[in-house]
Amino acid sequence: MHAPVGRGPTGLAPINGARMFNYALRRILYSVPIAVGVSLVCFLLLHIAPGDPIDAIAPESASPQLLAELRAAYGFDRSLPVQYFSWLSNVIVGDFGTSIMTGRPVLGELANAVVNTLLLSGGAVLVGFVFGLLLGTIAGYTAGSPADRAATAFAVAGISVPNYWLGLVLVVIFAVNQDWLPAMGMGQGAPFLSWANLRHFVLPVIALSVIPAGIIARSVRGTVAEVRKQEFVQTLHAKGLSPFRVFIHVMKNSAPALLAVMGLQLGYLMGGSILVETVFSWPGTGFLLNTAIFTRDLPLLQGTILILSMFFVVINLVVDLAQALFDPRIERN
Amino acid sequence: MQISPLKQTLPSAETPLVTVEDLRVRFRSRDFNVPVVNGVSFSLGKGEVLCLLGESGSGKSVTMRALMRLFPSTAVVSGKINVDGHDILGLSRSKLRAIRGAVVSMIFQEPMTSLDPVFTIGSQIAESVMFHEGASRRQAELRALELLELVQVPSAKRRLIAYPHELSGGLRQRAMIALALACRPKLLLADEPTTALDATVQIQILLLLRELQHELGMATIFVTHDLGVACEVADRVAVMYAGRFVEQGSITQVMDNPSHPYTQGLLRSTVHEGVRGVRLETIPGSPPDLAELPAGCSFAPRCGFVRPDCTMAVPHDATVGQGHSARCVLVG
Repeated sequence: MHAPVGRGPTGLAPINGARMFNYALRRILYSVPIAVGVSLVCFLLLHIAPGDPIDAIAPESASPQLLAELRAAYGFDRSLPVQYFSWLSNVIVGDFGTSIMTGRPVLGELANAVVNTLLLSGGAVLVGFVFGLLLGTIAGYTAGSPADRAATAFAVAGISVPNYWLGLVLVVIFAVNQDWLPAMGMGQGAPFLSWANLRHFVLPVIALSVIPAGIIARSVRGTVAEVRKQEFVQTLHAKGLSPFRVFIHVMKNSAPALLAVMGLQLGYLMGGSILVETVFSWPGTGFLLNTAIFTRDLPLLQGTILILSMFFVVINLVVDLAQALFDPRIERN
Repeated sequence: MQISPLKQTLPSAETPLVTVEDLRVRFRSRDFNVPVVNGVSFSLGKGEVLCLLGESGSGKSVTMRALMRLFPSTAVVSGKINVDGHDILGLSRSKLRAIRGAVVSMIFQEPMTSLDPVFTIGSQIAESVMFHEGASRRQAELRALELLELVQVPSAKRRLIAYPHELSGGLRQRAMIALALACRPKLLLADEPTTALDATVQIQILLLLRELQHELGMATIFVTHDLGVACEVADRVAVMYAGRFVEQGSITQVMDNPSHPYTQGLLRSTVHEGVRGVRLETIPGSPPDLAELPAGCSFAPRCGFVRPDCTMAVPHDATVGQGHSARCVLVG
C-alpha cells in the first residue's frame, strides 16, 4: 500500500524509534562520568582555595582543642579522598550536609533558592529568547540592510551593557525616581499571577534578559544568514515554495546551532546571576552563592555549585537530544 | 533497459513552448557590474531537447535560470521570455511561484547540497505536490512513491523516509530528478546534472533522463560543458561564449559541420573514440574577462582566423543551413 512516511514537511524528523532510543540511552550514559567529574572539580576547587572554613566561624579566642573538635565534627580532619567519597555518597541520596552559618540542612536552603532563581530566569528566558530570536531572524533575513544594522547594533549593545549596571539604572529610574516598580525582593505571599507579585519580576527580568537576547540575536543572525546562502534554499525557490515555507526550512536547518546557544544561555540563567540577584536582593542561587562565599560556608558552597553545574550537565543532555530531533545527521555513532 | 533512438529535429509549425528574445543579464552591485548574458535569443518546441554548451562563466547557467527567473538579487535583466504563454520576466511573484516547480522545474548540479539535509526525500517531493496541486499529504506521499519508482530508485518505499545523507550520489540525483518531475513540468531545466557524479553513475543518470524525457515528452534544456553529454541527449545545441550564442543548430549539424572557430576548437579539444595517440588540441588563451569584453567578437583574441573586421562589431547571427547559424564573419 503506502509507506509509513514520517510526519511530513512541517514536522520534526520522522523518528526511527529504536535508533533514537539507543542514541538517547548512550547520551544519558555519557552524562554519568561527566557528572562525576564535575562533582570532583566542585569538591576539589574549594579545598584548593586557601584558608580554613572553621577559622571563619570559630571565635578568635577559640582554643586549638576546640578548633580540632569542630574540624572533626565537620569531617575536615579526614583525608581528601575520604571526604570526597563520603560527601558524594551523601549527596547522591540528597544529603548535602549542614550549612555552617545557619546550621540548617543545605538541601532546604538550596531548594528555596533554586525555585526563586528558576522563576526569575524563566522570565528572563522568555523575554530574552523571544527578543533574541526575533531580532536575529529579522537581521539574518535582511543581512546588510538598515534593519539588519539596527538589530545588530541592538544586539551588540545588549551584550556590552553590564547587567548589574543596567539593573542599577533601572532601579534609579523606575523605583527611586518614579516609584513605579519595586527595587528589591520578591512579592511576599501575593498569588503568583497577581500584579502585586509579578511587578517584582519586571526590573530583574529586563536586566537579566538583555545579555542572552543580544547573544542569541547575534548567533541567530549568523546561522540564518549562513543557512539562507546554502544551495538547497535555491532548490526551495525553484520548487515555487512560498516565503513562509522556505522560512520553515531555513529555521529547521538553523535549529541545532540555535539550540546549542540557547542551551548555554539557559544554563547561565539557571545558575542565577550573583550580580543581578544581589542588586535586586533576589533570594536565588546567585544570592545564596554570594552569601556562601563570603561566609566561607563550605557545605553550602559545594552543594550550590554542584547543583548549578548539574543544571549545565542536564541542559547539555537535553540540547543534544533536541538537536538530534531536528537534524538526522547528528544521531550517529 | 530500453532506450529509444535519438529524436530527429522536426521543424514544428505550432507555437514554440519557449521563446527568448534578446535576453540580457548583468550582475550589478556597489563593487561590480558584470554583463553575463549579452543578447540571447532562441525558441524551443514542445518536447525538444536543447543543450547549452560552453565553458564555465559563459553564461549558460544564468541563461537557463532566467527561464524561471531564478536570479541573485544583484541581477539586472532585460529582454523577453515566454514559457507556455507566461511572460516570465513580467510575472508577479506569486504567479511566478505558481509556475516554478509546476510548469518549469530544475535539476541542480550537486544533489548533496541541493536537497534540504534535514527533511526526508519523501517529504521534500510531497511538499511540492501539496503546494502546487493542493493534494492531501497522503496523496502527495503516494505520488512521491510513484515518482521514486519512475526514476528507478530501488526499494523506493524505504527511500521515501531516508534523508539525503543516507543515499549515494546517484540515488540522490535520482531523488532530485523525481522532485523536479513531481508536478509534471512542461519544461525541465538541468544544470550539469551529471557533473558531480562518478563516471559510471553519470551514464546511468543520462540514460534515465533521456528515457524520462521520451516517456513524458517535456521540453528539456541541458546545461553542460561535456560534448559527450550533449551528443547523447540533445536535439539541438547552442554553443555559448562570453554570454552569447556563438553557434546553434541541430546536434548533427553542429557536430558534423561546426562553423564557429570556437565550436571547432571545442570539438578538437575533446577526447573522441579511436583517436588514441593523436595529440589533443587546446584552444589558446583563456575566456575573456566579462567586465571588460573586447569590442566586436569576444572570441577574436583567441581565434586563429581573426580578421580586422572581427574587432569592429559583434558579428551578426549568420545562417549556415536550415536552423543552423553562427555568429562569425567567416560564415555566409
